[in-house]
Amino acid sequence: MMSGKFILIITGMGVVTYLPRWLPLVFLSRRSLPRWLVQWLDLIPAAILGALLMPELIITGQPRHVEWLKPELLAAIPTFIVAAITRSLGWTVVVGMITFGVLQKWIY
Amino acid sequence: MKAFTFWDIPCNMVHTVNISRNEHSNAIRQGLGAAWPICLGYIPIGLALGLLAEKAGLSPVETGLMSLFVFAGSAQFIAVSMLSTGAGPFAIIMTTFVVNLRHLLMSSSLSLFFRNTGRAVLSFYAYGITDESFAVNQPRFKEGNWGLTQALTVHQVSNLVWILSTVAGAYGGQFIPAHSFGMDYALIAMFICLLIFQIRGVVYIVTALIAGISAAVISLYIPGNIHVVIASVLAATIGAQIRTRIEKPAKAKYLSRKAEKS
Repeated sequence: MMSGKFILIITGMGVVTYLPRWLPLVFLSRRSLPRWLVQWLDLIPAAILGALLMPELIITGQPRHVEWLKPELLAAIPTFIVAAITRSLGWTVVVGMITFGVLQKWIY
Repeated sequence: MKAFTFWDIPCNMVHTVNISRNEHSNAIRQGLGAAWPICLGYIPIGLALGLLAEKAGLSPVETGLMSLFVFAGSAQFIAVSMLSTGAGPFAIIMTTFVVNLRHLLMSSSLSLFFRNTGRAVLSFYAYGITDESFAVNQPRFKEGNWGLTQALTVHQVSNLVWILSTVAGAYGGQFIPAHSFGMDYALIAMFICLLIFQIRGVVYIVTALIAGISAAVISLYIPGNIHVVIASVLAATIGAQIRTRIEKPAKAKYLSRKAEKS
């Protein structure tokens, strides 16, 4: 029952998702990169994580707008503190989930 | 180093070619230990996606195939909602492309750690690069105590959990609470902790803040996910500029002091 259209869609999606994951890994790893590029790439993870997180914490709705009192943002405060003190992924995830769950269930 | 083939993967790491079976199972255990927060976060999201896919008319098999072929959460959500509004293949594929462009940056950043790895292994590794696996593997590679086996374990386990939870959602999402207590926060909390791991100086804090603020602002004006790419490139460029401005005067001072002494 799977239509040709569906197969076309997931194949196409697969290809355009795979290429950006594959190209730099295969072609950049063969070259010695200039210093400025290494320095730039060194900052990319912090930048990506910041760019992924902040909208989750303060942006909501359709159309998108800023919402300062999202439970996500409030729960982020203890989560950041626990992450900075314990430097443990496990504790951070547990504290974050509990805080968020409590906020959602009894306050929001 | 000889080119790796697919069947070599489980018994080779980046730096050591011959490792004992014991070390190998240790490496897998380390990978599993690193992967669990990802899995915890994938389950509710996967269930929700499966449920939406079922509502959009996809069978559980189709949902599972999509998770296997694409393995990219946000793109799959968008594709499913586009399918339910009757969008054509071209529009869906182009949107997926733009949404997933951010992996270009992650893949570039990871390429620093694979100087001597064969193409076949890298091609297999590339499949599993997601926001989550990147954020878990990259700092460990950087510290130098992480190998291909550990990283590929993270990839494969999270991929498996993703496929299974999307299929489970498609089969009986209505019986499973997709928003169970606090689960929706697992990935956000994980990203928060991984961001803390990345902070190795003021310049990293500044970069993350610039990226966060500009991503939030850009997301208000441009629909979709491209704000992550624009903001990351912008912030890393500014951060690198700041670092060279700070490092250069400091180095010059050090050199002139050295010259004075001699």
